[in-house]
Amino acid sequence: MQSQATYNYKVVRQFAVMTVIWGIVGMLVGVIIAAQLVWPELNVHEFLSYGRLRPLHTNAVIFAFGGCSLFATSYYCVQRTSHTTLFAPGLAAFTFWGWQLIIVLAALSLPLGFTSGKEYAELEWPIDLLITVVWVSYAIVFFGTLVKRKVSHIYVANWFFGGFILTVAVLHLVNSAEVPVFAAGVLTPKSYSAYAGVQDAMIQWWYGHNAVGFFLTAGFLGMMYYFVPKQAGRPVYSYRLSVVHFWALVFTYMWAGPHHLHYTALPDWTQSIGMIFSLILLAPSWGGMINGIMTLSGAWHKLRDDPILKFMITSLSFYGMSTFEGPMMSIKTVNALSHYTDWTVGHVHSGALGWVAMIAIGCTYYLLPRVFGKTEMASKKLIEVHFWVATIGVVLYIASMWIAGVMQGLMWRATNVDGTLTYSFVESVKATYPFWTIRLLGGLLFLTGMIIMAWNMFLTMAAGKATDAPVLEPAGAH
Amino acid sequence: MDFKNTSDFVSGFWSMYVIVITLVSVLGCGLLLLLQDKAKTNAGQTTGHVWDETLEEYNNPLPNWWRWMFYITVVFSLVYLALYPGLGNMAGSFGWTMRGQYETEMKKADEQYGPIFKKFQAQDIRAVAANSEAKEMGQRLFLTYCAQCHGSDAKGAKGFPNLTDQDWLFGGTPDQIKESIAKGRDAAMPAKGVKPDLNGDQIKDLANYVRSLSGLAADSIRVQRGKEQFGAACSACHGADGKGMLGVAPNLSDKVWLYGSSEADIVETIAKGRINRMPAFGEFLGDAKTHLLTAYVYGLGGGTKEDAPAAAPAPATEAAAPAAPAEKK
Repeated sequence: MQSQATYNYKVVRQFAVMTVIWGIVGMLVGVIIAAQLVWPELNVHEFLSYGRLRPLHTNAVIFAFGGCSLFATSYYCVQRTSHTTLFAPGLAAFTFWGWQLIIVLAALSLPLGFTSGKEYAELEWPIDLLITVVWVSYAIVFFGTLVKRKVSHIYVANWFFGGFILTVAVLHLVNSAEVPVFAAGVLTPKSYSAYAGVQDAMIQWWYGHNAVGFFLTAGFLGMMYYFVPKQAGRPVYSYRLSVVHFWALVFTYMWAGPHHLHYTALPDWTQSIGMIFSLILLAPSWGGMINGIMTLSGAWHKLRDDPILKFMITSLSFYGMSTFEGPMMSIKTVNALSHYTDWTVGHVHSGALGWVAMIAIGCTYYLLPRVFGKTEMASKKLIEVHFWVATIGVVLYIASMWIAGVMQGLMWRATNVDGTLTYSFVESVKATYPFWTIRLLGGLLFLTGMIIMAWNMFLTMAAGKATDAPVLEPAGAH
Repeated sequence: MDFKNTSDFVSGFWSMYVIVITLVSVLGCGLLLLLQDKAKTNAGQTTGHVWDETLEEYNNPLPNWWRWMFYITVVFSLVYLALYPGLGNMAGSFGWTMRGQYETEMKKADEQYGPIFKKFQAQDIRAVAANSEAKEMGQRLFLTYCAQCHGSDAKGAKGFPNLTDQDWLFGGTPDQIKESIAKGRDAAMPAKGVKPDLNGDQIKDLANYVRSLSGLAADSIRVQRGKEQFGAACSACHGADGKGMLGVAPNLSDKVWLYGSSEADIVETIAKGRINRMPAFGEFLGDAKTHLLTAYVYGLGGGTKEDAPAAAPAPATEAAAPAAPAEKK
């Protein structure tokens, strides 16, 4: 029942290994900027100043760490669930080298001060063009593979991967529309947005929120739908739930962006619509959490001694928490307190560390041994250690930022009997120092976990060798 | 402008367009749920499809609590859209606007806090400055609006004047301080004063001469040469004796240095000039708070005791050149 062709694992291996490497780099930069908040003297040079490193941190963890893990898992999943090899393998190889080039260009240009000034879209126009070329290639490889699938139905994980690839293309093209600057008749790498004023802000946060919604949510739900049932050895809980929450999620996320612009120049009606769709988004988001966690129903005992499943289930719990918190923070009255405080930072990291990183880590632990000719990682013990170190790190991080954020919000709005402000801004900064220190500790723990993972990965690679599995015939096709 | 309607639609068409799309989308979410709910499910059975050897899906129905949570958010959204602005130009039955909320809160605050500030507004600045309650309120205002530049101790920093000493760039009487706060101040020292052809060596000579005016160590030969240049380049603003002119140019013969007194600092000031601005706060703070802040600043210790003639003696000389910018208290 096996044909002679093998799955294209080379590109999967490359992306999987780089997931771990870029994870360490991105989180290290995060730890550095967290330390700069505690000790401002660490801003030793303009290239290494907080303002330059912060976008480097976000770009590295989202697009380098998160991006590589999405490429690795989607290429692995789409081949195996389509029972065919990757379409256009040359193009697939190009997506790997192209994506790495983009990451290196980002790591150089951001510290040097090249930025378009749009959050999560800071890279300047030459890099934006390269991203477009690589992303279109990715879409051709992914959808080409789906087209030549040997099964009639498309597996649910691929809906999410497909939705994520299409949407990110649209988001990138629209938000990055920009006009390059000619200085003395010479084309420069500098550009300005094609939009102005509040329209620019609206487009930016339509992009910004959907970067979270599609890059960091839909794509990672695709991951969840393949690797959680595989690791648990159980069927997905509800097909019907996956249909409803998929369509509701991809549709509703598109509307939620304005909640980033409450109480700004954005018109009232736009803010209201951003808020109500953010609330509607709660159920579709939780649909994914339910389908993931309930897949384990009947096999809870596996959680006891399977650290990979622990990563996956914990990530789904954090996913549920942060997708509850998100709609709450989109309510205007709550937002009036939380906006511009560290609460937002805590919320983002409960999603980014708790959900995105932990599910990616769990899936990578599943993936790595299988593309290196093994059935398990070199050390299960080290996975267990990684899990606890990372979990404690996330909890310290988000708890400190929640407390700091609510404290800042309350300090900023506190008034005296005569209506004057009780605290000057700098007093709220001073009061936040202890929490920034705890956050730094949390981040440091999380980074330590990634280093343990890299060690485990190298042990696994040393013990195994690059192996491509034979393409399987679909069930019932023999 | 009518702030009650901040929808910014340029025509009724766009309002309708938004209303239709929004309603169709909210209702569409409910409809998706309703239709999918009708689809046949089979608890505990799989759909029969298998991928990659082991991947299957149960055909379990939607969890009840989840279904109802979804419906509730849809219904809540429709109710919210009826009560608050959200459907194009429709204001919502509560008539709420962001602008309206701001105005209501400000009005309430003015009613509650206005009298507290008003009671000082009628009093003389010197009397207010001596009142301990006013001083506390003034300090709180100062820490909110002024400390970012002038420091929480009001002693300033490089480029930001010290408000506690006796040296005033624009005058230290109550009226002058109030004018500085309410209307702001602009100050500019042109590069190389009024003698744009000064060369590097001459600038250094001038810097040494300026240092000598306040008794700082200086190269005596350069001081001699600088003195000759001073008349042509600086004295038009700073006066022949370098004692400056109120509101025009600072006194160079005292110990107060806004941009530093080292030779390098002074060379930079002369070579590149200095531009500075104190923003106007009058409109933002209103008269009552401006009055209170004036009293606080006056009471910091540097306020001019008697209503002195505003202008410093004008040292009439033909040549001139400014040496330092200005905003100081």
